[in-house]
Amino acid sequence: MDDSRPIFVQIAEKIENDIIDGTLPEETQVPSTNQFAAFYQINPATAAKGVNVLVDDGILYKKRGIGMFIKEGARAVLIEKRKEQFYEQYVLSMVREAKKLGITQDQLADMIRRGENKE
Amino acid sequence: MSVVVETKGLRKAYKDTVAVDNVSLKIAENKIYGLLGRNGAGKTTLMHLMTAQQLPTSGELKVFGENPYENERVLKRTCFIKESQKYPDTFRVKDVLETAADFFPGWDREYAYSLADEFRLPLRRGMKKLSRGMLASVGIIVGIASRAPLTIFDEPYLGLDAVARSLFYDRLMEDYTEHPRTIVLSTHLIDEISKLLEHVILIEGGKLLLDEDADALRGRAIRVSGPAFKVNEFAEGRKTVHRQTLGGLVSAVVIGDGDGGDRERAQRLGLSSETVTLQQLVVHMTNASNANPERKAEI
Repeated sequence: MDDSRPIFVQIAEKIENDIIDGTLPEETQVPSTNQFAAFYQINPATAAKGVNVLVDDGILYKKRGIGMFIKEGARAVLIEKRKEQFYEQYVLSMVREAKKLGITQDQLADMIRRGENKE
Repeated sequence: MSVVVETKGLRKAYKDTVAVDNVSLKIAENKIYGLLGRNGAGKTTLMHLMTAQQLPTSGELKVFGENPYENERVLKRTCFIKESQKYPDTFRVKDVLETAADFFPGWDREYAYSLADEFRLPLRRGMKKLSRGMLASVGIIVGIASRAPLTIFDEPYLGLDAVARSLFYDRLMEDYTEHPRTIVLSTHLIDEISKLLEHVILIEGGKLLLDEDADALRGRAIRVSGPAFKVNEFAEGRKTVHRQTLGGLVSAVVIGDGDGGDRERAQRLGLSSETVTLQQLVVHMTNASNANPERKAEI
């Protein structure tokens, strides 16, 4: 956990990542608030807040007396959301840095292709 | 939200110093609080007042809705683990664990002994012969196994090595999860325990400097660096808690909104930026208050 960002946000992101990469498939149960708290040595109220963010977003739902489950279709919703963030987080800052260094659009496109080939 | 401790204008003055100065706060039920501040900031005096070990000079103090002074109903529900705890001369570790049952209605004897085993405490050794770390471990065990509805730890880890401290955090959180209660952890080492805290109270010079949700403080401040005029443009109309210059370059820690907007704005101005940890924010705010002792931090 990074102490310079709200921990509940980091817990929510961690669950989102696990849903996106398939570690937590749809309709499976997510660990309980207390399990998250024990695993990351964080306050249980903070862990609960992170889980509740995803309930409010319609990613998780509660089965009474059992626990939190991942909604069907959650993965697609999250991927769409992340694509939006990808533009804000990566593309905009990349373009700004490229401008600073005098990298042209063609050179930038070239670099992206080079990076893709490497992967 | 049920309130466990409430103070209004609480003040404790000694002959020539004011240790606690006009402190008004509320401590809510079943939350974990960090009571932070430098050595000599007034943390210990505040805890002594809350646990009725000292009388306030003026102001109001209520614990579980009552005046705690010589009040058995309140004190039975309170456990205060202090650094300088004195024990009767003849007491062994075992005697402390047995006697605790008389003080704390919620005392879990079996659990206390299993913790003593985990902390590798020699049960038959006299309290006077314990190392500093072992003494700290006894305090921690009493604090956890007492299950008191209000449990206060004053710098509980002194003399403990990293392994034992980690064991303390693990067992405290485990037991808190199963048996929720109000916990106040006083410390000047924030990094290790900050993740355990739900709420932060920061005092400096006896005054209340911060009383906020811990998560709301993480990422609230941002450090920007770049040419002075751009940093000034960024910091315009905001509170700056720290400022450093290097030639024409300025680095400033500015209190922001805590959303992504601040970093975005810094980037657009061509400033490099990073978010500030809870520990760094507390250090900067403490220093800023020393520079401006009359101003309560408003963030």
